[in-house]
Amino acid sequence: MKTVLMILAIVCLVSLPLVLTRPRAGVDAFGGTDDKAKMAVESLHPDYKPWVHPLWNPPSGEIATLLFSLQAALGAGIIGYYLGYLKGRGKKE
Amino acid sequence: MHIMEGYLPVAHAAGWWVASLPFMGVGVHSLKRIVREHPSARALLGTSSAFVFVLSALKLPSVTGSCSHPTGTGFGAILFGPSVMAVLGSIVLLFQALLLAHGGLTTLGANAFSMAIVGPWVAYGLFCGLRQCGASFSVTVFVAATLGDLATYVCTSAQLAWAFPDTTSGFIGALVKFLTIFAVTQIPIAVAEGLITVILMNALKSYNPEELRGLNVLRPGGLDK
Repeated sequence: MKTVLMILAIVCLVSLPLVLTRPRAGVDAFGGTDDKAKMAVESLHPDYKPWVHPLWNPPSGEIATLLFSLQAALGAGIIGYYLGYLKGRGKKE
Repeated sequence: MHIMEGYLPVAHAAGWWVASLPFMGVGVHSLKRIVREHPSARALLGTSSAFVFVLSALKLPSVTGSCSHPTGTGFGAILFGPSVMAVLGSIVLLFQALLLAHGGLTTLGANAFSMAIVGPWVAYGLFCGLRQCGASFSVTVFVAATLGDLATYVCTSAQLAWAFPDTTSGFIGALVKFLTIFAVTQIPIAVAEGLITVILMNALKSYNPEELRGLNVLRPGGLDK
């Protein structure tokens, strides 16, 4: 019961901003904070030039999404495997 | 909290690397010790890394109209202590820097300092402190994971403000600016991380209490409610 309530709270915390937040015109709605910080650096110090660039960039947004999903899927798979193993072991005993 | 590649001046990038390396060294040492003393905890170590892997891949929307991701480092810090997380967290950051152009190699020292060192230490400190005060297990885990997550983002804001002070209002002005970007966005996301950490920790508590007692996360004799 407590767990169900906590899951519901997580769903609300993550989904309510999507419904309640009105993105301002001209502002990239739900962009990443990392990019916003980059823009803040550029506005604070317009003459600053990044002195290195990433060795490799995902060629498209789709590829970046693929890699992020892969990262999440791998992690979730390991956690699920471990919990399933513990639960099965508990039953056997 | 990923400071982009090249977005720290050379001196800062190098300085944060120097600051982070000793923690990583101690982390490797304590990782070896845990594997030697608790061989059965290896699966749980893997699960702690997996938790950082999943959570730091999820970019969640927040009330500020921006997206940010949780860190997942509080979970492992509570189980194994903060040192280990300097290693596990840095591995995740390295993966993201190399394959996703998310963060960078020059800024890895600074990013590791906020996500793999400051966050875990805050989470671990709060966990020990609150447990000492007699708070319930769930509340202790929740507060530790939530504030550990938030601390990472406060640290990133301070790192950027130090490197890029406002021309008129200086460090404080820039800090406020970066905190509104990072820390405010992070509040609901940190709370969500706190809750999911409690759910996972409670699952461990019911399926594998003896392991948690072995790691001294649960006190002996069923004292933890």
